[in-house]
Amino acid sequence: MSVTVSVPTILRTYTGGEKSVKASGSTIAEVIEDLEIRHSGIKGRLVKDGSLHRFVNVYVNDEDVRFVGGLDAKVHDGDNVTILPAVAGGSAAHERQTML
Amino acid sequence: MLTIRHDLVDAMVAHARRDHPDEACGVVAGPVGSNRPERFIEMANAERSTTFYRFDAAEQLRVWRAMDAADEEPVVIYHSHTATEAYPSRTDISYASQPDAHYVLISTRKPDTHELRSYRIIDGEVTEEPVDVVESYMFSHTGADDVPDAS
Repeated sequence: MSVTVSVPTILRTYTGGEKSVKASGSTIAEVIEDLEIRHSGIKGRLVKDGSLHRFVNVYVNDEDVRFVGGLDAKVHDGDNVTILPAVAGGSAAHERQTML
Repeated sequence: MLTIRHDLVDAMVAHARRDHPDEACGVVAGPVGSNRPERFIEMANAERSTTFYRFDAAEQLRVWRAMDAADEEPVVIYHSHTATEAYPSRTDISYASQPDAHYVLISTRKPDTHELRSYRIIDGEVTEEPVDVVESYMFSHTGADDVPDAS
């Protein structure tokens, strides 16, 4: 499965400045593994302790993957995967444990 | 320095007051590279919390796509603190990922007066900047050369 991945500005240092790159895989986890082979270091910004990093949102087409299986979310040939930095924060001194 | 129109400041403050005591959040979009905030976009706080905010992921995707299509970027990312000062918390700093954005904080802890301050947050380092509130951008110089060198 070949998909197009939209890369946010903050991660374009890994893609040589490219805004959009190709990757393959049948799940988000596989797509990220393939991205890592092509753009070394990017995985560490997307995955932490076996799940998606709380600092990023990942979408398959219009769907937030957190609601469709997270790293196990399925992708199909021609899908668009979009990565956006999560915009969050707040006055709390300690981060909340559950972020959804 | 953040140079921003009066009506945009009023809109951010009104949003913060309306959602008090929950934190309010949103962006002001502007043309890519212009450093000029123009289009006010109020965002839902998916957390509906007095101490935390998070853009709703689905709404953020729609808004970010619309900005992309219009050659815009988030020039200002704002949120309110409702019981503490308008200074970035550790949580704010850990999430700040847009080196080109002005992070605006509005404190609504006092009922009659608000506090509005602006920061750059780059690689975990917070730098406060002056805020110049103007009636219109027509007579104010807001070109890219107003941005300090990154050194």
